[in-house]
Amino acid sequence: MDDPLLSVHDLSRSFGAFLACDRVSLDLRAGEIHALIGPNGAGKSTLIKQIAGELAPDSGSIRFLGRDVTRLGTARRARMGLARTFQVSSVVPEFTVRENLVLALASGQAGFPGVWSRAMTDSALTDGADAVVARLGLAHRSGIVASELAHAERRKVEIAMVLAQRPKAFLLDEPMAGIGTEGSAEMTDLLADLRHEAPVLLVEHDMDAVFRLADRITVLVSGRVIASDTPERIRANADVRRAYLGDGPH
Amino acid sequence: MNRETLANTVILAALAGIPVLAHLGGEPFVITLATRIAILGLAGVGLNLALGHGGLVSFGHAAFFGVGGYAMGVLASHAQAWTPLATWPVEIPGTNLMPVIWLTAILAAGLLSLVIAALSLRTRGVYFIMITLAFAQMAYYFAISWPAYGGEDGLSIYVRNRFPGLNTLDPIQFFAVCFTLLCLTLALMSRITGSRFGLLLQATRQNPARVEALGVQTYRIRLFAFVLSAMVTGLAGALYADLNRFVSPSMMSWQMSGELIVIVILGGVGRALGPVAGAGLYVLLENQLGGISDHWQIFLGAVLLWVVLFARGGVLGMLCDRRSADG
Amino acid sequence: MPVSLVIEQALNGLQFGVMIFLMAAGLTLIFGVMGLINLAHGSFFMTGAFACAATAAATGSFLLGLAASLAAAAAAGALVEVAVIRRLYARDHLDQVLATFALILIFSEGTRWLFGSFPLYLDVPQALARGVMLPGGIQYPLYRLVVIVVGLCVASGLWLLIHRTRLGMRIRAGESDREMIAALGVNIAGLYTAVFAIGAALAGLAGALVGALQSVQVGMGEPVLILAFVVIVIGGIGSIRGALIGSILVGLTDTLGRFLLPSAFGLFLDPSAATAFGSALASMLIYILMAVVLIFRPNGLFGVA
Repeated sequence: MDDPLLSVHDLSRSFGAFLACDRVSLDLRAGEIHALIGPNGAGKSTLIKQIAGELAPDSGSIRFLGRDVTRLGTARRARMGLARTFQVSSVVPEFTVRENLVLALASGQAGFPGVWSRAMTDSALTDGADAVVARLGLAHRSGIVASELAHAERRKVEIAMVLAQRPKAFLLDEPMAGIGTEGSAEMTDLLADLRHEAPVLLVEHDMDAVFRLADRITVLVSGRVIASDTPERIRANADVRRAYLGDGPH
Repeated sequence: MNRETLANTVILAALAGIPVLAHLGGEPFVITLATRIAILGLAGVGLNLALGHGGLVSFGHAAFFGVGGYAMGVLASHAQAWTPLATWPVEIPGTNLMPVIWLTAILAAGLLSLVIAALSLRTRGVYFIMITLAFAQMAYYFAISWPAYGGEDGLSIYVRNRFPGLNTLDPIQFFAVCFTLLCLTLALMSRITGSRFGLLLQATRQNPARVEALGVQTYRIRLFAFVLSAMVTGLAGALYADLNRFVSPSMMSWQMSGELIVIVILGGVGRALGPVAGAGLYVLLENQLGGISDHWQIFLGAVLLWVVLFARGGVLGMLCDRRSADG
Repeated sequence: MPVSLVIEQALNGLQFGVMIFLMAAGLTLIFGVMGLINLAHGSFFMTGAFACAATAAATGSFLLGLAASLAAAAAAGALVEVAVIRRLYARDHLDQVLATFALILIFSEGTRWLFGSFPLYLDVPQALARGVMLPGGIQYPLYRLVVIVVGLCVASGLWLLIHRTRLGMRIRAGESDREMIAALGVNIAGLYTAVFAIGAALAGLAGALVGALQSVQVGMGEPVLILAFVVIVIGGIGSIRGALIGSILVGLTDTLGRFLLPSAFGLFLDPSAATAFGSALASMLIYILMAVVLIFRPNGLFGVA
């Protein structure tokens, strides 16, 4: 098997006396969707933040594309091809859908951003933005300011933005949260599609979606990995059942 | 033409037209007022880039305004005394040529702001406000305690500096110089705010985490915006000192920083011509209220309080419904 | 240079620092509890000084003057909080800066209207207007010594208030979780007014105490306010301990810098250049201190990230 694209080794992080992340190791391989699940407070967000570079680990290392990125900042990792969505949708509220996507494309260009040529009439940016908007079926909402969009639409805009980054790996933090059943069916299709662009590390509470999408599942409880395996074997795993369903020891 | 474009056209036309009428009617005082508006407006346009577009609440822009003023004062005082500014490693003479003075003011403000911003931008929010205020106060006390250029008393220049081909002592000609610089800067700002950098700057104000996650170091974006903003304010400082033929530490005082913010807010924060409208209103208030009572600042305070509490968005915000989406 | 002179200057620095602390404590408390940046805090300093000077002039009693300064500043604080400040808690910092800047204009100009443009003079109370002999043969003004003691007493009183009383418990709860204490039925509006008035009273006390050492005039509060900001940046927002240590650091650095730097430069420069360099550098010293703290601890010495 190939070297993993992204690998996390022995990562620990505590807040005061609370150990939020306890020697976690996991990896992400080409072409897969790797789901990260666990009850509330298991440390999923803490882990994602460390992988994205927003939070420094106390110990352990993170490798991405064969390079140690443990000490790199968020922006540098993003530039290497690590794209992430946030638990609470994070778009630019006063920008229109189209402006948000032009922003995503402009951010990817090399060097310090130009100060002279107009961004919104630069076809190198707008054509790409319009293409992604159309691909996600948002063309009719293109001119709407993001803060006025429905929640599920804002989610989609955020996915569109990371898609526009043409990343080497996706980090998606609960993309299904609060978008309703119809929305999550659509989102499931979208995520299945994303896998063809780059592998996905998916944090999600919606178990239907997780078991439908994931190639591998890692279960995090109290900051520790208790199991990491294929969906079928995770479903049968006694420790996981105990953590989730409170089943007594058999 | 939307309402904001219309309002902008009216503002610029009035600012250009009134001094011309005053010139024909022989009212030099009105021309001086208009020049003051153009210069303070220019200083505000600079601050607006950081404050309005970048969301960087700088309470220290008077430092850059003052450094621009001192760039003029120092160069011109050496020119009028025929003494060199420096003798080593090469002899640098003073000058009374406006373009050279402007360039010096812009560079000096840029350098100072680079140092201040590099430190201040390590922090956010209320820290940033206090730190920019403190650094400006440092520049203020430095100007007071440095005796070579007048210390507390400031520096006077006998004759206004020269611009090739113009008689800058003629109020209307000096106004034309200031107004032209204002318009050029406005054009430049319009390009900058519409550019990729402008887009990133506004996104950084609204959602820095997203911009970082898109692969852009927001620190650099903010730093560049702050330095650019300071440079424009520095240029305005040089013009302001030339208008008064005088520069003193009071140009760097915290009150001046406050006035610059007030100018931006009164007009409408984040709007291209907001600072010009704000400067107009500010200078008019100062003159009208100042005519009624020596204690006009009480009324200015009351007006300002009212604007903050009840009329957010300033003059242009009230005139134009909503900010145009292409910002 | 005689050691006694250095000790005397160090005591002056301590006294200066203690006064800045009275300002910084109120500011940091107000920021910690209400999340508000208050530029008008210097106006309470001025209010206290004017109230003390006017009362002392009318009654001849400095103590009555001090009581008046506390009352006037606390009343001004409570009034301003109810009339203006409480509309600003939910606003962004820019709005808070502007509104409190407007308040400075109103306070300063209003005071000038009432008292005129000439400074008032407040005499050091008779009983304290003498020097005392400190161990080591140092003659030091008793009043300044008392000011230091008063300041340190207020600092400990404040610590007791915050850590040992019901009000203090609510203040600490308000810092960490606003909704929670509102849900527990604490009158949050009243709590905020109280905190604001306490902060204002501390500033007023500082103004009155300093008023006897310098002239009482419009605009006397803002330079101290800005120093208090420097202190808060150094000490960390919301930390009373940080405010105390930062204040004393700033007071000592400033006073000793002004005293020592010109003579230090005098060792290798001619006297006039030494004075120029020395005093210019001394005026920048505390800001350099602030910059150094910022480089190593962006959240201040005692601030939390």
